[in-house]
Amino acid sequence: MTRAMTLASLRQIPPTALIGLAVILAYALVGILAPLIAPYGEAQIVGAQFEPWGGDYLLGTDSLGRDMLSRLIWGARNTVGIALLTTLLAFLLGSVTGLLAAALQGWIDMALSRVVDVLMAVPSLIFTLLALSALGPGVWNLILVIAVLDATRVFRLARATAMNVMVMDYVEAARLRGEGTWWIIRREVLPNITAPLIAEFGLRFCFVFLTISALSFLGLGLPPPMADWGGMVRDNAALITFGDSTPLLPAACIAALTVSVNFVVDWLLHRASDLKE
Amino acid sequence: MLLDIRDLKIEARAEAGWTPILHGVDLAVDRGEVVGLIGESGAGKSTLGLAAMGYAAPGLRFAGGSVRFDGTDLLALPEARRAGFRGRRIAYVAQSAAASFNPAWRLIEQFCEGPAIHRTASRAEAEAFARQLYAQMSLPEPDRFGLRFPHQVSGGQLQRAMVAMAMACRPDLIVFDEPTTALDVTTQIGVLAAIRQAVEGFGAAAIYITHDLAVVAQMADRIKVMRHGREVEEAPTRQMMAAPREDYTRSLWAVREFRRPARELPGGAPLIRVAGVTAGYGAKTVLEDVDFAVPKGATVAVVGESGSGKSTTARVITGLLPPQAGRVELDGQALPPRLADRSRDQLRMVQMIYQMADTALNPRQTIRQILSRPLAFYLGLTGRAREERLHQLMDQIELEPGRFLDRRPSELSGGQKQRIGIARALAADPRFIICDEVTSALDQLVAEGILRLLSRLQDEQGLSYMFITHDIETVRAIADEVVVMRHGRVMDRGPRAQVMDPPRHDYTRQLLASVPQPDPDWLTRRIAEGVR
Repeated sequence: MTRAMTLASLRQIPPTALIGLAVILAYALVGILAPLIAPYGEAQIVGAQFEPWGGDYLLGTDSLGRDMLSRLIWGARNTVGIALLTTLLAFLLGSVTGLLAAALQGWIDMALSRVVDVLMAVPSLIFTLLALSALGPGVWNLILVIAVLDATRVFRLARATAMNVMVMDYVEAARLRGEGTWWIIRREVLPNITAPLIAEFGLRFCFVFLTISALSFLGLGLPPPMADWGGMVRDNAALITFGDSTPLLPAACIAALTVSVNFVVDWLLHRASDLKE
Repeated sequence: MLLDIRDLKIEARAEAGWTPILHGVDLAVDRGEVVGLIGESGAGKSTLGLAAMGYAAPGLRFAGGSVRFDGTDLLALPEARRAGFRGRRIAYVAQSAAASFNPAWRLIEQFCEGPAIHRTASRAEAEAFARQLYAQMSLPEPDRFGLRFPHQVSGGQLQRAMVAMAMACRPDLIVFDEPTTALDVTTQIGVLAAIRQAVEGFGAAAIYITHDLAVVAQMADRIKVMRHGREVEEAPTRQMMAAPREDYTRSLWAVREFRRPARELPGGAPLIRVAGVTAGYGAKTVLEDVDFAVPKGATVAVVGESGSGKSTTARVITGLLPPQAGRVELDGQALPPRLADRSRDQLRMVQMIYQMADTALNPRQTIRQILSRPLAFYLGLTGRAREERLHQLMDQIELEPGRFLDRRPSELSGGQKQRIGIARALAADPRFIICDEVTSALDQLVAEGILRLLSRLQDEQGLSYMFITHDIETVRAIADEVVVMRHGRVMDRGPRAQVMDPPRHDYTRQLLASVPQPDPDWLTRRIAEGVR
């Protein structure tokens, strides 16, 4: 693609999606470069409790005297990074099983679908709380439990969209040619369902991210002293009663990222579905 | 003058700005007159038909001209006033009744919507009128027919119910948009009779849109030929049928005269033999004791209505549906019933071409990718050898390799896509090709090109074809042998002349008698003979 074409296609992106892309990019940069740009360490106690904004501590300190700005920056790395990893895992699991169910049908589809039904029958927050109290908190347990639960939604989407493609004559033509299941999934089906899957990826990411924040707020998320935004809201919640807006900062970070991802997803969905309105 | 469309221009939203799709078309319809609009897809027939109701589909806009209905310019009215005309004074009958009825409501409820909205009749009057119309259109149990839901009646009955619904407010003008295109010939004749009766019985005027010349000849007093959003010519039906003025019209008329020259078949053992095949889905038996053979180098046409088991037979031959009894032989050797048990070479010999080229080609692959795969998969061709074979294939289907190989299916026309489907089958170097209604989604001129191409390829490569079709004209054009199927059984089979000229079996006779002829008196005669 030439540079002129890239510029032309960039100009067609609506402003909301551009804002969303910019915010996501900024979060990614902050997360990756956290060790370089954070003024203090993640768990480093640098001063007194609840110091006000300004001076050495741009956004003050928290309930233990750790620098708020540094923890926000480290939090971007932890919360966003873990959410991303969880979503990727959920997609790997959900789309592979979903595609297999659609392609093989029969009892495999039946078995996979019923397992997913069972998992979806329990409200996911309650299921997560149960699973985490049984397995114990910890980063990997957290990732695993949320990934499995979210994979059920991905499974449903991948299966449904793949089913629509499986009935096409070009898939029948490939089967008649003698192609194997894996080839058909990869070459004939997957390219035709990437658009809805990518859009779903954005939405799933938001939900995973919010779930982690909610769990942290409840004390079952990332173990201390790791900085994460949900936990930071809870730790400093007391300040609200004194009219200090500091606890709202991590909450605002969560909100901004969620809104941005949704902007981008809306645009992708719009492009994928060719909706004109 | 009931409807007077003058210099109508309509534009479609395009990538940049608007492109014209109707370039100033006139259309006049007198009271009680039926005007036929004919032309290939993209000619602007449907757009003009909808414009007669003052309506432009989403993505279209009126760009000039006037639509005067009974003295009122519809385009000058606000939308709410225009809606007052629709359904009450101008009615519309769409191609697909199944897609046009709301599946959640009973037929009579939907019939009564128009009279209720326009307050032309009380509920009781509307229902009584519905029953009267159902009876006139020979629908079963007219008193109770309206209580059924759309899925509880057959396609032909539903289409007749829609014609009845169009009459609900006793309109002055009805627009029929390809109302019988999706139907079997045996069903079509009943709907045509119902339409004729509705129009004549109520003295309504009509615009009849179709691409089938024989059908429009039965229905219309006057025919207008359209192409690329312009009028080609217009004349009274008999004059138009006898002496078309323009070359384009003559070419439309000439299509139906394509006949493959008679020839000597090589003879010898048949290439494919379907022997005593019984097959079905679950407990439902679709095929019963189907038995026929395809000689080497010959074309066998399998004809029948929808549901007769034509496509299921193809599924048994290809191995997608293993039969419950019987077997399929290729060159004297029994083919394994299941697809998975067949060798790659057995798979290569039997190829398939589909009806809808849109769904037969993966939209995400380029033509090069689509055609390269069978070359690599069956013949192990790579690099230069593959590229040379690709060019050869494109030459065989008469498309320029340089222009088309790197495009995607969406950038091709319907006929070009169908040619790519043919090339994909040829790429496997097959001996037998199943053609499943390959021309029925195409315009007549394009379809003829495909038939000629398939005939030429057969002569060059000695291919055998099984041609699944419901179109008798296609059978006459290309078939060496004919298999007539009904309800999953073979009714008659043999050389074409023996089966069809004259029809040997009762069902074949019924099938042939239902095919509209380009003779304006054909339907009148059929109705007089009492054929429904």
